Amino acid sequence: MALDVAALFPNGVLPYAAGGLLVGLGVVVIYAGTGIIAGASTFLESTLSYVSGNARLNRPKYLASRDWRVVFTLGIVGGGALYALTLGGGAWTTEVQPWRLLAGGVLVGAGTRLGKGCTSGHGVCGVGSASRTSIVGVVTFLAVAVGVAALVSALGVTP
Amino acid sequence: MSERHPLFLPLVLAGGLTFGFGLGLSGMVRPEVVLAFLQGEDLGLLFVLGGGAAVAGIGFRLLPRLADRAPLTGDAYGRRTKAFDRNVVAGGAVFGAGWGLSGICPGAAYASLGVGNWPVLWALAGMFLGAYAQARLRTFAAPTTTTSTTAD
Repeated sequence: MALDVAALFPNGVLPYAAGGLLVGLGVVVIYAGTGIIAGASTFLESTLSYVSGNARLNRPKYLASRDWRVVFTLGIVGGGALYALTLGGGAWTTEVQPWRLLAGGVLVGAGTRLGKGCTSGHGVCGVGSASRTSIVGVVTFLAVAVGVAALVSALGVTP
Repeated sequence: MSERHPLFLPLVLAGGLTFGFGLGLSGMVRPEVVLAFLQGEDLGLLFVLGGGAAVAGIGFRLLPRLADRAPLTGDAYGRRTKAFDRNVVAGGAVFGAGWGLSGICPGAAYASLGVGNWPVLWALAGMFLGAYAQARLRTFAAPTTTTSTTAD
């Protein structure tokens, strides 16, 4: 039984691996200087503390980190722009329908806060820390995402 | 809070720029690429998560051996180890449902905005709404203070 490995990687692996290495490097740069392990999604809660008096959003750890998390996020936006202006070949917009982005975003925002991490917090920082909690988190969200993407596709929703 | 080192925010910005450029290069900023991965059409994204975790893992092991404390904060080098409870699975499942529906996650959404993908503002608005709703629901379910929860 021949498994065509190349068919599973129609675009090769180089840009994926190089991108992943840079994501990890960004995390390590901040860690090296500050000891902080920065995930992307705590920004959502810590930034909401600027406009909401909700006690959960105003915990001391969010108030102490909300300014640098804004800077971190602006850096990520800037990094995306740098990519688009260099290797990325200019601006680009998705064809995925707005309702999918909005509804998916609501679930992503609620889920990452309930589940203590996102793709970078659990997937890169947590797995990099060999945290069992994060490995369980990653396996859970990958499995559910594969199922939901298949379901949405089977229902004929494109793109 | 004590005075911060003048290089603290510039370093955070440099790390964010590297992180965001990597997300652009990796294709994570494109919901179409993420959805193709989740549907088994292109498994390249395994190398994004694997590569990122490998580099982070090496850094988290190496730096504590090179120095006792981080130069800009004086903090000890630790690991990201969070306590496990059922919320990790429940939240992971909700997150996965959203990721599978939209093809976008928080860090990738920020970087995608930088790429000029303005429709991703729908996803970002959703993420703030979801995070806010989650905080409100948990405040209601288990008040963290003894004061009334009716006031926001």
